[in-house]
Amino acid sequence: MPKSLMKGNEALALAAIKGGCSHFFGYPITPQNEIPEFLARELPKAGGVFLQAESELAAINMVYGAAATGGRAMTSSSSPGIALMQEGMSSLAAAELPSVIVNVQRGGPGIGTIQPSQADYYQMTRGGGNGDYRILSFAPATVQEGAEMMMAAFDLADFYRTPVFIVSDGMLGQMMEPVEFPERPLRTLPEKSWAAVGHGGSRKPNTIKTLVLDPGLLEQKNLRLQEKFTRIAATESRFENYRTDEAELVLCAYGSTARIVKNSIDLLAEEGIKAGLIRPQTLWPFPSSAFQQLPPTCRTILTVEMSCGQMVDDVRLAVNGRLPVAFYGRSGGIIPVPEEIVAHIKVLLGRV
Amino acid sequence: MSVIFAKSKGLTDQETHYCPGCTHGIIQRLVAEVLEELGLLGDTIGCAAVGCSILTYNYLNIDMIESAHGRAPAVATGAKRVHPNKTVFTYQGDGDLASIGTAEIVHVAHRGEKITTIFVNNAIYGMTGGQMAPTTLPGQKVTTAPGGRDVAHSGMPLKVSEMIAQIPGAVYVERVSVHNPRAVRHAKKAIRKGFEYQMAGKGFSLIEVLSTCPTGWGLSPVDSLTWLQENMIPYYPLGVFKTPEEAK
Repeated sequence: MPKSLMKGNEALALAAIKGGCSHFFGYPITPQNEIPEFLARELPKAGGVFLQAESELAAINMVYGAAATGGRAMTSSSSPGIALMQEGMSSLAAAELPSVIVNVQRGGPGIGTIQPSQADYYQMTRGGGNGDYRILSFAPATVQEGAEMMMAAFDLADFYRTPVFIVSDGMLGQMMEPVEFPERPLRTLPEKSWAAVGHGGSRKPNTIKTLVLDPGLLEQKNLRLQEKFTRIAATESRFENYRTDEAELVLCAYGSTARIVKNSIDLLAEEGIKAGLIRPQTLWPFPSSAFQQLPPTCRTILTVEMSCGQMVDDVRLAVNGRLPVAFYGRSGGIIPVPEEIVAHIKVLLGRV
Repeated sequence: MSVIFAKSKGLTDQETHYCPGCTHGIIQRLVAEVLEELGLLGDTIGCAAVGCSILTYNYLNIDMIESAHGRAPAVATGAKRVHPNKTVFTYQGDGDLASIGTAEIVHVAHRGEKITTIFVNNAIYGMTGGQMAPTTLPGQKVTTAPGGRDVAHSGMPLKVSEMIAQIPGAVYVERVSVHNPRAVRHAKKAIRKGFEYQMAGKGFSLIEVLSTCPTGWGLSPVDSLTWLQENMIPYYPLGVFKTPEEAK
């Protein structure tokens, strides 16, 4: 299969079409604009519908309406826009509506900057929406991986009846890389007999709702949702190991930062310092099991993020005090370079 | 013996949660009757909004989607874009539509979305216990304006039908009331037109229905109907603000 040279954002958009997206609703925000622009052009040709919403609030609720009626709907945005959508994400999770949401992260807090960042880890794993809910959250590190995760996202959303996040960042969205689009594996998906499509006089009305005033009933619903989240966590958690065998230091990084960290690890290897990487490919469920299989040589863990330290919380929970967990990060749209990470590691290991 | 009145097949057997004298029940019955008469009960998707409107899905015999506060027009847009041949409507109160949901109602009209909105205006937040709405009348006493609405402090009430009628994508806008049997019969005709224009693919319709809130207003059911007639109609005049002919 020939490879195409594509921007990360455009590859995600094409992968959405190949993954079976039928409806896109979104609102302009940098650095994700290539996604709606590509879909405005290409989705109608594939028989789908592109509609620009008046706000992120409207966009996520259009996704809600389309998903509630059986559509395969998505939106994409960037950090502040994702913040505006959080109410809708809580509702999508509560109403169990399959949908896909892309976050091309930029620097915050507030309006922040349009430069790359990973400061939305909390937003993508803890949510800003109310209530007990979890959302399956994929974190690609390359344009190719993003395309593959996106192509699978709609089927996973339908399979579990859940929203799915694709967590990208401004660097991954704007960079160009060769990418190919293999056929997506066919998955047997459940009928959407729950959708509000008009009962046709042949069944009782379907109602898509999240209001449950009776505390006993709401607790039962929450427990049922938790059972689903446990099932997703047991099945969908993913990670990559890089040079972790015999490593005395294991790093943890995701997305763009993981690529930079791999370079740092290679530089350290040239100096005889053995370091490795655990790269979460899912942020929720966090791949805690990766930290149960650390090499006996490992003395310490270092989490590297383009943030002031967010994923490090999950690393500490996974390590559970067995080893020291340190953090190194750059924020505000600054992308760390391999050499500065190497210098930090040398200080950490006392090899200066 | 001939039957002169029967419960619409568009209504379920569920007893409503509405307070005695509240006219939500009448308005929902009219929606049910219209959808039944047009043969649309099986092909309709309704979007219920936060407020007293939210439990509409318990009373109407149709598929419905509950919407976040103010967002029913966006939810309805998503539904209509997936099912352009189905009938889609929103049922929203004035706190939902005229306050938190102003952007969504303006833009659903702006896009000329082929849906119908039933806008129930009772000049107060009913569900949350009688707070001030953008539609609360000058001097009207509410829990968050205990001395009565002070227009110097909170502005004059918002006239939604007049505002929406200015938008090119809105093809039919009418304000009706349900304070007496004649008004109820007329309101039903307006609701029917709203759905007929949608079926004909004309564009966005909004039917504003002046409604009572005896509990929130602190009045008896009968006095509420009189209050509506004497206070709401002078500020919110009944009538047609836009027709498909004017929209051309």
